[in-house]
Amino acid sequence: MTRFEITDLTALLRESAGADEGVDLDGEITDVPFDDLGYDSLALLQTTGLIERQWEVVLDEEAVSEARTPGQYLEVVNQALNARAAV
Amino acid sequence: MSDATTLDRPREAHRDTPQRPTAVVTGIGVAAPNGLGARAWWDAVLRGENGIRPLTRFDATSYPVRLAGEVPGFVAEDHVRSRLLAQTDQVTRLNLAVAKEALDDAEVDPADLPAYAAGVVTASSAGGFEFGQRELQALWSRGGQHVSAYQSFAWFYAVNTGQISILHGLRGASGVLVTEQAGGLDAVAHARRQLRKGSSLVVTGGVDSALCPWGWVAHVAEGRMSTSNDPDRAFLPFSADADGYVPGEGGALLVLEDARSARDRGARVYGSIAGYAATFDPPPETGGSRLGAAAELALADAGLTPEEVDVVFADAAGERAADRAEAQAICALFGERGVPVTAPKTMTGRLSAGGSSLDLAAALFSLRDQVIPPTTGTDRPADDCPLDLVTGAPRTGVRLRTALVLARGRGGFNAAAVVRA
Amino acid sequence: MRRVVITGIGVVAPGGVGTKEFWSVLTSGRTATRGITLFDPAQFRSRIAAEADFDPADHGFTPAESERLDRATQFALVSTAEALADSGLTGELDALRTGVTLGSAVGCTTGLDVQYAQVSRNGADWVLDHTRAVPHLFDYFVPSSMAAEVARLAGAQGPVSLVSTGCTSGLDSVGHAVELIREGSADVMITGATEAPISPITVACFDAIKATSPRNDEPETASRPFDRTRNGFVLGEGAAVLVIEELEHARRRGAQVYAEISGFASRSNAYHMTGLRTDGVEMAEAITAALDEARLDAGAVDYINAHGSGTKQNDRHETAAFKRALGQRAHEVPISSIKSMIGHSLGAIGSLEVAASALAIAHDVVPPTANLHEPDPACDLDYTPLVAREQPTGTVLTVGSGFGGFQSAMILTRPHLGVTA
Repeated sequence: MTRFEITDLTALLRESAGADEGVDLDGEITDVPFDDLGYDSLALLQTTGLIERQWEVVLDEEAVSEARTPGQYLEVVNQALNARAAV
Repeated sequence: MSDATTLDRPREAHRDTPQRPTAVVTGIGVAAPNGLGARAWWDAVLRGENGIRPLTRFDATSYPVRLAGEVPGFVAEDHVRSRLLAQTDQVTRLNLAVAKEALDDAEVDPADLPAYAAGVVTASSAGGFEFGQRELQALWSRGGQHVSAYQSFAWFYAVNTGQISILHGLRGASGVLVTEQAGGLDAVAHARRQLRKGSSLVVTGGVDSALCPWGWVAHVAEGRMSTSNDPDRAFLPFSADADGYVPGEGGALLVLEDARSARDRGARVYGSIAGYAATFDPPPETGGSRLGAAAELALADAGLTPEEVDVVFADAAGERAADRAEAQAICALFGERGVPVTAPKTMTGRLSAGGSSLDLAAALFSLRDQVIPPTTGTDRPADDCPLDLVTGAPRTGVRLRTALVLARGRGGFNAAAVVRA
Repeated sequence: MRRVVITGIGVVAPGGVGTKEFWSVLTSGRTATRGITLFDPAQFRSRIAAEADFDPADHGFTPAESERLDRATQFALVSTAEALADSGLTGELDALRTGVTLGSAVGCTTGLDVQYAQVSRNGADWVLDHTRAVPHLFDYFVPSSMAAEVARLAGAQGPVSLVSTGCTSGLDSVGHAVELIREGSADVMITGATEAPISPITVACFDAIKATSPRNDEPETASRPFDRTRNGFVLGEGAAVLVIEELEHARRRGAQVYAEISGFASRSNAYHMTGLRTDGVEMAEAITAALDEARLDAGAVDYINAHGSGTKQNDRHETAAFKRALGQRAHEVPISSIKSMIGHSLGAIGSLEVAASALAIAHDVVPPTANLHEPDPACDLDYTPLVAREQPTGTVLTVGSGFGGFQSAMILTRPHLGVTA
């Protein structure tokens, strides 16, 4: 089964929203709030759009907007991927 | 106070001249086709260096017009941080770079000012058009889900004011005006208005760019661009050979400050925006150009007479009828060959909303250096444009204290600003 | 201080063309939101909008004019004609003392969308085909063309400009016009705003940030400002144009007066292009500055015409701003959002709200917030649910909030023509 990994997320974040100077996206960021990583709601909306198109999945809007960290966000994506696989 | 007392006063007296704070320019930033950065550009202007060249931004071979003024050597990554690159068009990146140069030049940190004392007023003409073209292509070729989350603001006319305000923490009264090429002056005048209402500093002017196929077809379809492909002979305002304009990108942003607060912080002052007016042309069949009226009203606003003007920076349309109209307006005010006239925009092309604020920068540097930059391309004015046009080389040896800057926007917009040392 | 009054109103809005129809919709609490009919919206997340029932042929536009003028320009012209007729000013304008400010956030986006598809072969090409473009594409490209059309219709030759500050454009446009009259640059201004944004690209860009309501099954009740169940704004379209005059100018000709515009201020949040801080501090600052200009205190406010877009972020931001600026008065005064009935027409809505505020004063009626059945517990003020209220309405505060961080506030008051300031 396909899993959406943290490296997939950081690559898409870089592509769709760039990266803040002084933030190491390759470090341990799973539980670092997006705010501290320099990403706002727009960055996440843009990234979500990219994921939905590239991974052909629809993410739950409410759940995405409530994800505060990369870890929580990965969970939302992977839940959607699992749900799709189960169909 | 009774309102009745205001009724019979002459028009000029409507303005409360004595109480008005003077608006002074304390910082200048520039991006122009013949130089990135105010110093590089001004040096190039005095050398008569032409920034008009064949287009490189996209493949223009299929178009009848292939010349433009592109800002050279602009590496966005050097000026705009990564997080902003994804959400900005070229026009906004240029604006951010130029705004930073202007604020650095003014040696002011807006954080040192009171909370709502500083704002941003820019002129725009087409917004982030290349960004818009990419998203329109995504929409039409792949579908609505492919449109960027940044499209809702990255292309729109207010984007530059918004992004500059956010980047520098400018929370005062701000604005965005669209009057095509007159915009650069209209924005600066609006900034001056905000100083009168209590702001102490405004970043203002225009920097424009739409050198993408989507912007280009809008110019081409109208058929008013020069079709010459010789960069030195394409844009010839006031010449008998004038055959249309050449578009370009760039412009200037100024730091405009209330004179008292500039003095209080010991700022270096380039000069003041002493007068301004805007008018609109009636349809050609019911009357002529109102450019001259704008110039007269701007002088009245400054409390100056035409005799006190030392140099005119012309709008310089590069189209015969429009050149004649401007020459007539200048001659009506100053007499034939009555004042030195110049058009350094012959070296940049017409920069949409950026052109007239770049002319303000040129006027301020002229007053500082006591030199009139040349008009290039045009060797001599046509017989029906009897102007003392400064051509070939810069003119020195003239005492320069006051400059008049003229601008016209497509559709009938006129603006005039008086700049004093 | 020169004072400024509203003497003519013209409106094109969802639910009806003309000021009378507009006011009838607002006071009945009817909604004009519905499924999009202007194009096939099947591919989009939000497929609803408040559309104006507007056929250019009904308003005297020739087929050639209908083709040349963007829908937004048509709205502006029809509104201008109504406002001029309403003011009784037709034919007696001093042209150079008459100006125009027109607001628009997204300009000729409808015309641009259609033209883009044509020159790109539905998005197939990056290098576009200029031979497939209409010759007036440039007028869509630079939206000052819309203000120019209004100026020509009105015969204005004074200052003319387009104001484009996102969703505060309509409020800022009128505010700018007031400043021009106060400072003495004009005696009469034709001012207002127009927008026709219901096009695929605009719908797509708001889909991308999930700002618009996806309540596609219940379009009539989809715009729910301040309601717990709201889920985004509903796009609208339309125009409102006002004739505003210097008070003595209006008095001399015995004009009817709807209201005086006694205060205006604008601030920026310098925070985010689309986001709002929850504390509403910059909007509160704009409100306070506008009240100061009007020389009124919070207790004078009888009605707040809210921005009330129907996004959770806005409703809470705005509620906080009212409390911060007005203190206890915020809890006493009726507040409403006309966007609940006519949607959010981006740059136009601010002027439609100024028109509604003037009419509220003229009729002593507060329009309601439609669809407000379950108030958001976080929004604990009196939002005038469902039913209009007859009450003395002498002073109205109207506010706007826009992408780019713009926050604006205006104070309208009942004219006391016999009394001087």
